[in-house]
Amino acid sequence: MLYNQPNPLEVKVLSRRFTLLNSQSIETYLANDGYKALEKALGMTQEQIIDEVKASGLRGRGGAGFPTGMKWGFVPRQSPKPKYIMVNADESEPGTCKDRLLIEYDPHQLIEGILIAGLAVGSQQGYVYIRGEYRYLIDVMDRAIDEAYAKGILGDNVMGRGVKFHLTTHSGAGAYECGEESALLESFEGKRGNPRIRPPFPAVAGCYQSPTILNNVETFCAVPPILLNGAEYFKGLGSPKNGGTRLFCLSGHINKPGVYELPMGFNLMRMINEVGGGMRGGKKLKAVIPGGSSCPVLKADECDLAMDFDTLAAAKSMLGSGGVVVMDEDTCMVGAALRIMKFYAHESCGWCIPCREGTNWLKKLLTRFHAGMGTRSDIILIGDLAKNMLGRTFCPLGDAAALPTISIVEKFTDEFEAHLNGEPCPYENKSRLVSA
Amino acid sequence: MTFSPELEARFEKFLAKYPADRKRSAVIPMLIYGQDELGAVTDELINEIALRTGVTPLQVTEVVGFYSMLHRKPQGKYHVQICTNISCLLVGGEELWAQACHKLGIGHKETTADGRISLEEVECMGACSWAPAVQVNYDFYHDITPAQLDKLIDGLAAGKKPEEIAEVRKVSC
Repeated sequence: MLYNQPNPLEVKVLSRRFTLLNSQSIETYLANDGYKALEKALGMTQEQIIDEVKASGLRGRGGAGFPTGMKWGFVPRQSPKPKYIMVNADESEPGTCKDRLLIEYDPHQLIEGILIAGLAVGSQQGYVYIRGEYRYLIDVMDRAIDEAYAKGILGDNVMGRGVKFHLTTHSGAGAYECGEESALLESFEGKRGNPRIRPPFPAVAGCYQSPTILNNVETFCAVPPILLNGAEYFKGLGSPKNGGTRLFCLSGHINKPGVYELPMGFNLMRMINEVGGGMRGGKKLKAVIPGGSSCPVLKADECDLAMDFDTLAAAKSMLGSGGVVVMDEDTCMVGAALRIMKFYAHESCGWCIPCREGTNWLKKLLTRFHAGMGTRSDIILIGDLAKNMLGRTFCPLGDAAALPTISIVEKFTDEFEAHLNGEPCPYENKSRLVSA
Repeated sequence: MTFSPELEARFEKFLAKYPADRKRSAVIPMLIYGQDELGAVTDELINEIALRTGVTPLQVTEVVGFYSMLHRKPQGKYHVQICTNISCLLVGGEELWAQACHKLGIGHKETTADGRISLEEVECMGACSWAPAVQVNYDFYHDITPAQLDKLIDGLAAGKKPEEIAEVRKVSC
């Protein structure tokens, strides 16, 4: 059973097997095109695989949207060092809950994507770094990996073709920062999850300082459909330069929150109204976080746009990780900014001072402000402080904390002013009630 | 020191996952599964992991301090984690959190006197589209209502197992 009802507007590519009986099992997978893309890839050269992924327009689904084929192309395949495939299943961006489903309902699709990535760069070892909270998914993944070994799909002789590839899971232990690629690698190596300075990028010096392909779960899962149906097919599903579909995670004040697979470039207002069932209780839309809490918020009148990486960048926000958080007219934006900042202050790893100090001071300022004790100069101070974090940290967590804050202060200055009258939040006790 | 045969087997499997000169990679998985069995990250566990992975106990200890799921003191038998991050906040996560604290008379990272229930206000657990969400140990509970949370806490406090509480059903298998 899916956690939410599907929607007829969905274009099911990565999620097409989710509703099949025993969709986790290798038998179901094999009976539904499973490992056929791998079969095809085994007959292709490394360049051909990378070119196919490049031509598909697939861009990283973890948040940054970097072209996947290009990333794979950066791996020095002639290097004498071992190459690694690292799967980022440390899904923890607030608003995002899609990788859970991809592993839970179709773990073999992920394994197949990993294997193809392995072929593309000549890697013989992959690891799936799964966040510790997803313990049951580690078990799902382990069972799927065992099945693939038993069928000769993983191991010393992949599908009898003389290629070696081994795969195993790795448990995290609770740290948002470890979803950042270089911190993930540090954590994987048994250390605190502090980021590394880049360059060198993981493609050149990643896992154990060896060339590494590091992608999000959804990115790997998109690879088998690309190889199977061709780059043109995948590219044609989305908007220009944004190939394919995406699992959008709709949450917040809508009637039908859920994870829905929609073409890249799907209109955000349609997503809210036609897929998400419209605003809960007939309330008016106030703001949307388009791609996880790290993204600048969009005001209601900015939401009539195509959900792809380039359109969102042009709108000075980000498509991010696909977490679409919808907020209605009764939402206190100061409260939202505060909750988001509490998160970043908690999750800042402390490595870079602008982030460690900035997030904590912003949390203090916003806490004071939300309690009605802010001053007019605080409004400017919050914006200035956040802007001073931008670009001054090893990893993007500093920016991720600053960007939504800056956008909320600039776009909802009136709400900050409404908190200046010395009284508690004007939105107190509104709208957050849990439906029965 | 030796652990249960199951944990020993698991540790052996973990140590075999990584290249021979990279045993340190097993530190975090060993810590979290070790903690599951022992109830907390004990000094003995740290020393044993250090020994088996070829690092110093200090190198293991500094890791323990970094990760939010690792803890040096035991938690309750049932560790109830309530998300109040943005998606859950919008649909009542903070109210659920306040309700749980009030009902049990304990706060963040505290345990009831009988050791049965501990509470933690957690960051996003990846259930945003089915918010508000609660985790009890490793099990997920989606779309939790105040009435369900009441039943869950009452049941656990009365000595029931989560699966014996009919009003709430875990979703993860």
